[in-house]
Amino acid sequence: MSARVQTASFDLAAELAGFGAGAGAVVTFTGIVRDDTGAMAALEIEHYPGMTERALSDYGLQAADRFGLTDWRILHRHGRLAVGEPIMMVATAARHRHAAFQAADYLMDWLKSRAPFWKREIGRDGAARWVDARASDEDALSRW
Amino acid sequence: MTLEVLYFAWLRERIGQPRERIDTAAETVRDLIADLSSRDDWHAAAFADLTAIRCAVDQQLADLDASLSGAREVAFFPPMTGG
Repeated sequence: MSARVQTASFDLAAELAGFGAGAGAVVTFTGIVRDDTGAMAALEIEHYPGMTERALSDYGLQAADRFGLTDWRILHRHGRLAVGEPIMMVATAARHRHAAFQAADYLMDWLKSRAPFWKREIGRDGAARWVDARASDEDALSRW
Repeated sequence: MTLEVLYFAWLRERIGQPRERIDTAAETVRDLIADLSSRDDWHAAAFADLTAIRCAVDQQLADLDASLSGAREVAFFPPMTGG
């Protein structure tokens, strides 16, 4: 049960070593930097040191309580990330798959719209553009 | 009251600094925005569209009508784009 913010990349297998021991179901989600336009060089992610760690922990604890998780892990990177690099992961462990899937989905919806991260796309030409929040991400939160 | 005010993403860029310490009589976040906006054109421009502004009081998400009573740190930023 932990939340972490870091600039370094991560290895999913290493993160999952010993995770959720005794659980009947483990679900993981990994977000990866993608290039929708064919013109992006990297993503820069800014965050709010102090608040970020607290918010991620709060959301993890809320998910654990709501879905009866036996373990959870949230890892989110910040700084400059190249296309194809992993941005973040969540892992959830529960007795049954339904709770583990739902908790991972719940955590992603919260992280998208309520964790203090801001993405900026850096083009191959060097131009930077802040990524706008999506109404669909905000709408997704209302499911919970 | 002295507050530490933090800015992130394009708000930080428009205001031209990541943080500042200010003396204010503001009682709510909305009052604080009005106070900051009256100080110079950069603040006024950054806060021109309140629908694009989110905030946290002492590192907890808050709405614009939140009280600043006892607050030490207020952060302003655009809608978050994590995940």
